[in-house]
Amino acid sequence: MSPGCILIWSGLEKMTLNRDVIVAVVLLLICGAFMNASFSIREPLFNQMSSALWPRVILTPLAILSFIYLIRSLVSGGDRRVKRGGVNGWIGHYKYPIACFFLFFCFLATLPYLGMLIGGLLYVFIMLTIFGGWGPRQLAMHAAISIVAVGAMWSVFTFGLGVILPPGEILGYL
Amino acid sequence: MLFENIANASAELFTVQTVLLMMIGVVAGLMAGAIPGFTIAMAVVLVLPFTFTMPAVQGLATMIGVYVGGLSGGLMSGILTGIPGTPSSVATTFDGFPLARNGQPGLALGIGVWASFFGGVISAVILILVAPNLALIGLEFQPWDFFSLMVFALTVTASLAGDQLLKGLIAGLLGLLIATIGTDVIFGFPRFTFGNDALTQGFAFLPVLIGLFAFSRLLNDVRDRDVAVRKLSERATHSVKIEHRKAAAAVITGWINLVRSSLIGVFVGILPAAGSTISNILAYDQAKKASKNPKEFGTGCIDGIIAPEAANNATAGGTLIVMMALGIPGDIITAVMLGALLIHDVIPSPSFISDEPVLAYSIFIAFFIANFMMLALQSFTLRGFVTVTKVSMYMLTAVILFYCAVGVFALNNVDFDLWTLFWFGLLGFIMRALGFPIVPVILGVVLGNIAESNLSQAFAITTDLKPFFVRPWSLFFLTLASFSIFFPSFQHNRGKKKWTLFFIPVFLIALTPSIFMMNGTIRPLIAAGMLLFGVFLLWRRYNEEWMPEPTQEIPENLDA
Repeated sequence: MSPGCILIWSGLEKMTLNRDVIVAVVLLLICGAFMNASFSIREPLFNQMSSALWPRVILTPLAILSFIYLIRSLVSGGDRRVKRGGVNGWIGHYKYPIACFFLFFCFLATLPYLGMLIGGLLYVFIMLTIFGGWGPRQLAMHAAISIVAVGAMWSVFTFGLGVILPPGEILGYL
Repeated sequence: MLFENIANASAELFTVQTVLLMMIGVVAGLMAGAIPGFTIAMAVVLVLPFTFTMPAVQGLATMIGVYVGGLSGGLMSGILTGIPGTPSSVATTFDGFPLARNGQPGLALGIGVWASFFGGVISAVILILVAPNLALIGLEFQPWDFFSLMVFALTVTASLAGDQLLKGLIAGLLGLLIATIGTDVIFGFPRFTFGNDALTQGFAFLPVLIGLFAFSRLLNDVRDRDVAVRKLSERATHSVKIEHRKAAAAVITGWINLVRSSLIGVFVGILPAAGSTISNILAYDQAKKASKNPKEFGTGCIDGIIAPEAANNATAGGTLIVMMALGIPGDIITAVMLGALLIHDVIPSPSFISDEPVLAYSIFIAFFIANFMMLALQSFTLRGFVTVTKVSMYMLTAVILFYCAVGVFALNNVDFDLWTLFWFGLLGFIMRALGFPIVPVILGVVLGNIAESNLSQAFAITTDLKPFFVRPWSLFFLTLASFSIFFPSFQHNRGKKKWTLFFIPVFLIALTPSIFMMNGTIRPLIAAGMLLFGVFLLWRRYNEEWMPEPTQEIPENLDA
């Protein structure tokens, strides 16, 4: 085997599938999807800069850099500062932020029904309780914080700044 | 003209309501800055929704109050607990905390407060004098120059991600890509909507910014439940009396250090994305090098408190210079302010100061006055700080996340903005977890449309690419951009590898052709000076037999 082949082979041997590789592949897929979509953008009638040109100017270096990122991640084994531990480890590490995102998602999804005031009260109260605990003292404290903070904020925006926050179907009926 | 503009702006600014709002802003900033883990940018972002219904002058004055307060608030936590409230006060703890621990917390706080005050006032004066003149230079810019300036702003932001340059560049490009979604800025054609009508309007800038920066940051802070439920400061903090008279005298005595540090702060502020995180360390380092007793640094040295505090407040003036004169945000805080201006239908550009003198000079004066307010309100806020440190992070996070939702909804009164906040919060969180810097994405989103419209204007004049490389300002910015890409590598290898010896001289020499091409006599003279200095550096290093000199590194934290 020639020295060049040995060098390539040893490089390939070092290649590992890691989180950075997946991110790089996702970035390349995004580049592909956007590049493809850029061909559907309407062309201007006159001899002016096409609306697709600027996105392509961005996508080209983005794709090149993502490819470099992919190669680097394959060869170097990814960012050593990123903790490992598989999907379960990842979920375990980020369980609280995941819970917060899920709660916020529920808050937004129920906004048309519960409105900003009731939805906000529930959201803040549940989030505080997830972190602070379920004891009677904590529950009372979380309820007080939710009512004061959400009530104050809602009042300032509704009465002070004249912003009509979503009332929700429940308050809408009242 | 200057005095006429100041008089007109003062009439607009000095109303009871505006002054009161500014004071509230300063107190809010001082409190936010004092809370460890709660950045100034976050405080400015959170105040923004309150300013939607205010007149532009009032809204911006309030935000400047928060900005100045936040820059000074960090010192309270840093000096009393040893934990800097914000990254911009990191160096303050080096000497502030030892001095407080040696039984002089009142003096340590006083020196920090007075140094912040003088640093802010010096930079306010520079802002008032320099910004209008820099804006005149900005009027020379043509679309090619502006486009190259955007390229430079993005590359330098990405380069500040340190050894993660690749991720920084990808993040910046992602930001630009996000800005293309919706309707194209030139013809109004829908772009990248993927069949979703809601995307036709594109993403409003503020929900994207709050989501990427504040939302993701807050959730990052509560990743560990044990840390989240802990009080913000475990160390006991007591309210102390600030020794104003003694401290002011000490700061004035060290005026050389004060002025030098303030100038460093202003200069760093002018550089895109550098900010007070870097300026406070740089100023501390320079003060130590210039000191007759460098060994005293780290043991409670007064100069070690003056330097970082003067520099971090002065940085605000520098970032405002660039925003006001060129319409380019240098960091997240000025990006938010730029967003606030856009909400009030004011488009920052080099003609901003001449087109909107009342608003522009109101910003100048508000920045000047906010420093006096900070000085007066610091003692009052100290008591509040002691109370706030007893709160847990998870309580703040829950309440602030709700507040983010209300604030974002108040912008356009549409649910879509709330979902934008959510999705970009998720994106920001994932990016942070994967080690991507957030600041380049945000600057990419802000600069995307401006860059595209300048590119379109350039192509409307000629499709030739030559002007990008032969116009002096464009070439100047592209040269800066090219070198900024190699800057992290230079910084990493400085003092270790031989090639770093060539970096600064070659950089100076490479900049000279573009400056030589500029009009007038002063700029070519500056270019000649740079050329000579570059050659001199090469000659000196040749005489030193190309021996690398060891230096300190600059921190990589960008979330000021």
